[in-house]
Amino acid sequence: MKTADIVIIGGGINGVSIAYNLAVRGCRRVVLLERKTLASGSTGRCGAGVRMQWGTEMNCRLARDSILRFERLNQELEYDGDIEFKQGGYLILAFHQRQWEQFQKNVALQNSLGIPSRLVSPAEARRIVPHLEVGDLIGGTFCPKDGHINPFKATQAYAEAAARLGVEIRKFTETVAIGKDAAGRVQRVTLADGEVIETPVVVNAAGPYSQLVGEMAGVALPVHSERHQILVTEPVAPKQGPMVMSFAHGLYCQQTPHGSFIMGIGDPHEPRGFDTGHSWQFLEDVASKVTTMMPALKEVRVVRQWSGLYNMTPDAQPILGEIPEVPGYFVAVGFSGHGFMLAPMTGVLLAEMILGLAPTMDVSMLNVGRFARGELIREPSVV
Amino acid sequence: MEPSEKSPEIIICRCEDITAAEVRKLITKGYRTPDEVKRFSRCGMGQCQGRTCRNLVLQEISAATGQEVKDIPMATFRPPTKPVKLGLFAKARAESAAEGGGDR
Ligand SMILES: Cc1cc2nc3c(=O)[nH]c(=O)nc-3n(C[C@H](O)[C@H](O)[C@H](O)COP(=O)(O)OP(=O)(O)OC[C@H]3O[C@@H](n4cnc5c(N)ncnc54)[C@H](O)[C@@H]3O)c2cc1C
Ligand code: FES
Repeated sequence: MKTADIVIIGGGINGVSIAYNLAVRGCRRVVLLERKTLASGSTGRCGAGVRMQWGTEMNCRLARDSILRFERLNQELEYDGDIEFKQGGYLILAFHQRQWEQFQKNVALQNSLGIPSRLVSPAEARRIVPHLEVGDLIGGTFCPKDGHINPFKATQAYAEAAARLGVEIRKFTETVAIGKDAAGRVQRVTLADGEVIETPVVVNAAGPYSQLVGEMAGVALPVHSERHQILVTEPVAPKQGPMVMSFAHGLYCQQTPHGSFIMGIGDPHEPRGFDTGHSWQFLEDVASKVTTMMPALKEVRVVRQWSGLYNMTPDAQPILGEIPEVPGYFVAVGFSGHGFMLAPMTGVLLAEMILGLAPTMDVSMLNVGRFARGELIREPSVV
Repeated sequence: MEPSEKSPEIIICRCEDITAAEVRKLITKGYRTPDEVKRFSRCGMGQCQGRTCRNLVLQEISAATGQEVKDIPMATFRPPTKPVKLGLFAKARAESAAEGGGDR
């Protein structure tokens, strides 16, 4: 029978980052199982925006340190391509007084952690994004270190580095069952073709399907999935440096280095589920909001629309760590719409937890027990 | 693996400016379906949405893997099939709101 030291389920950005970080710490017999191809889940469907501008200390530190790693990821992973990291900044807009007050607190917190964000007036916002219609804008915040990455290339970079270090990456390989021993410890995984891999450690990095991979081990994860739609336009001449984001509208819009605009908007009426279809309604929603905010975009043509799933937790923060009832069963799930940008640190922290190494950062508050204890984390800055 | 006869510098995807060499490199690395080539190189994601390059990619995969073109699964096709201006969608929304269709 085939055996492994660690089996990772899921070949999105988090699965490959965990695999690389285990291998680079000397772990040799790691197998990564991906049902379809790499980045075929949320990772390949996401906006791939990354920002340091968060409202809790933990999120600021996780995002800051992840971005510092993204900055030198091509070198660290000796990637023969380019992850296409464009650091054009994020301009986050405030349309209500209460939001503006929160933004002032956020910037003070961010600055205290070395994040170079600042408050901007409507006039300054317009200097940063000249086609912005300021209207009833009160102000905003801007951080030049934030930006956008090519999610396929970043996934490929981690996967190839992991493979070079000996990780076995199996695409088109679905996990269907997880077996435990008499003491309730992880013992093996079963694949769709009946093959069994014996392993003392399983990592659930199955993104929006994490609850199903939880059930395989008898673990009820407090997560659900929810569709989010997105569109991309034809490439046009560079006109927008930063990502423009408004929490009040649930809207984000950025221009990639390639010239196309990528934008999306939240739908508060979206039902829970695994639907990844797309709607006309979304096109109208996002187009009417974005062209009110930036009328120059009226002339830009949409070439594609699609959708992906957010894996949501009750406090919109991820769940990281071992499940106490099932020793050997680790999760990196519930990223609630911002799991791409945290992946470099997620990989480091999971590898440290699995190998029993001293943690680079204390994220014990992200364990699954917080929900039962009622210790939810209040992050004011999510879309 | 049999390379196809085209020279490596030949452009496979005109919209995204991708050469045969780039596509072949991906195929060698194990990205062997049209969907994978498309996602990891942008070949087929351009203005024409792959109308021009789709068959060339199939031929490259076929030449490298020995699979027959008809047996290779097609890449996902994403709407809208014709590029439409954002302003037109916004106008459609404004008009349906004026007719009482409602905006939310
Ligand atoms: C429209 C949209 C926009 C977004 N924008 C951003 C953004 O701007 N910034 C940001 O940071 N985040 C963003 N996100 C969130 C981000 O996409 C996710 O948090 C992140 O990609 C999660 O990565 P992952 O590796 O955990 O999961 P995934 O990428 O979903 O990977 C999980 C993988 O597991 C595989 N899998 C599942 N079940 C099995 C099984 N049984 N056996 C084998 N394999 C299995 C799947 O096929 C999948 O490939 C966005 C998401 C969406 C949908
Ligand atoms: S030629 Fe490849 S997308 Fe048009």
